Amino acid sequence: MHRLPVIEAPGFDPSSSAPLAINEALVTDWLVAFLRDEIGRRRGFERVVVGLSGGVDSSLTAYLCALALGKQNVIGIRMPYRSSSPDSLEHAQMVADALGIACRTIEITGAVDGYLAAAPDADGRRRGNVMARMRMIVLFDQSAALHALPVGTGNKTERLFGYFTWHADDSPPVNPLGDLYKTQVWALARHVGVPPVIVEKPASADLVVGQTDEDDFGITYGRADRVLYFLLKGYSVARLVAMGFDESEVALVRGKVDSTHWKRHLPTTAMLSSTSINDYYLRPVDY
Amino acid sequence: MFRIAIAQIKPRKADYPHNLERVADALEQICAMDKRPDVLALSETSLSGYFLEGGVRDAARPAETVFRDLQSAYAERCGGAGSVDVALGFYELHDGKHYNSSLYATLSTDADQAALHHVHRKFFLPTYGVFDEKRFVVRGRSIHAFDTRFGRSAMLICEDAWHSVAPAIAALRGAQVIYVLSASPGRGFGRGTVGNLAKWSFLLPGIATEHSVFVVYAGLVGFEGGKGFSGSSVIVDPFGAERVRGPATDECLLVADIDLDDVAIARASSPLLADLEAALSDVVLELEGVARAARPA
Repeated sequence: MHRLPVIEAPGFDPSSSAPLAINEALVTDWLVAFLRDEIGRRRGFERVVVGLSGGVDSSLTAYLCALALGKQNVIGIRMPYRSSSPDSLEHAQMVADALGIACRTIEITGAVDGYLAAAPDADGRRRGNVMARMRMIVLFDQSAALHALPVGTGNKTERLFGYFTWHADDSPPVNPLGDLYKTQVWALARHVGVPPVIVEKPASADLVVGQTDEDDFGITYGRADRVLYFLLKGYSVARLVAMGFDESEVALVRGKVDSTHWKRHLPTTAMLSSTSINDYYLRPVDY
Repeated sequence: MFRIAIAQIKPRKADYPHNLERVADALEQICAMDKRPDVLALSETSLSGYFLEGGVRDAARPAETVFRDLQSAYAERCGGAGSVDVALGFYELHDGKHYNSSLYATLSTDADQAALHHVHRKFFLPTYGVFDEKRFVVRGRSIHAFDTRFGRSAMLICEDAWHSVAPAIAALRGAQVIYVLSASPGRGFGRGTVGNLAKWSFLLPGIATEHSVFVVYAGLVGFEGGKGFSGSSVIVDPFGAERVRGPATDECLLVADIDLDDVAIARASSPLLADLEAALSDVVLELEGVARAARPA
């Protein structure tokens, strides 16, 4: 009997991040072109304000904006609360110094505590939301003062998990990172030269001392992104489990996505007429 | 989920018994595998070699004869081991004419399971340059899909797949798996890869992604009178990704798992086939107009 050498297709490896691989140079060029077009041509701004938290998302956004618009047209805004990590402030400054962009520091402690004095029962989640919304007030006001468009920094993973404060972190009109999973943000940040200390530290919303995103999620970004990739592609939960993904992690990820669709939409409006906006009266955003 | 194997072999020229033994060897090999493949695919003219010229009339067999011989080989080599489907190319004698054909059959020791499901006769016969098929075989007149235990399928033979209309018809007829059985002589050595392989390497993912189908490409290997066939059998998924690929010059047995759920997932995100179905009556009118204009006055 003549036996043929066997070449078998590689089995699926649920721990492989290969499906999430991006061409960092190409993505950088694309996002730079996007920022120039959206901010300059379409909206008529020369300058932008970026809230610098010291984290990887806002750092990468600042790097991309500097590439797109020039360092003289990017203004970083640091908005610490009294319990914010000193590292956050320091890392934000590190980015501003590395890029040579202007950086303003505007404390939000007084404004936040001023309101919270009237809400002494506010728990950590409410207090975090107040901080996030206060930062957005500051960012939009600085936008008006400086005639500089606010640029958003939210990534795809946190958008899908609803891990942001509605009408706060998500409200800037332009967002270059919103279709990049967190692990892709890390890869792109390394590519453009964001300092390693920022890329490699545990991601944190820094709304509660010692808080990390992954502790809040109950799953690492790497594992979550791999599940999200296939879920969004249309794979069923059963198929993902059959492919070797952990059943409880798939359920966790699916649950977070399914319970937060509303956060990715504008408010629900009662339709009464045949000219209801966004139901009947339809115009694209750049019309 | 099912498991598909491609036996990429070098047939001995015009030696039907020997080549049938090679297919039997491949059947025995897959029947002995721990995770046994469900389907075995082989190339165009795998029972005879490709360049036979007038020898086609000696090599050609009725499809029923080839099926019977494959059944016997399966019973002898894999007795008691359930069933396996097979797709392979051969020169066919049918209704007093010779064709370059392929068959899809279920081989089984259970007579109720064993069946010859479909015979495809090559629709586009290359007759240019090194090719001379129209002198020796008659062209087929139809492209059909057919139901199998492993999804609705269709077969195309080599140049059939170089015309975008052929896989389009197969997909419109419901195929979710298109077997492309080929004997592609290597030619064009001026660039990074052999010229015809470069063509296949964008053609096959193009077919897979346009219609969201699995493409199972079984290529002949070996030399015939100085003309080397470029092998490179490959399985492409409905997203256009290669699952497994064989070498250009050597024999091998490729194995990959296929999940037909991927067809629906791909079609949901890229509904090009549904768009074609919706516009089909206008497409037909356009083609009729072209055909009318091309008719001699």
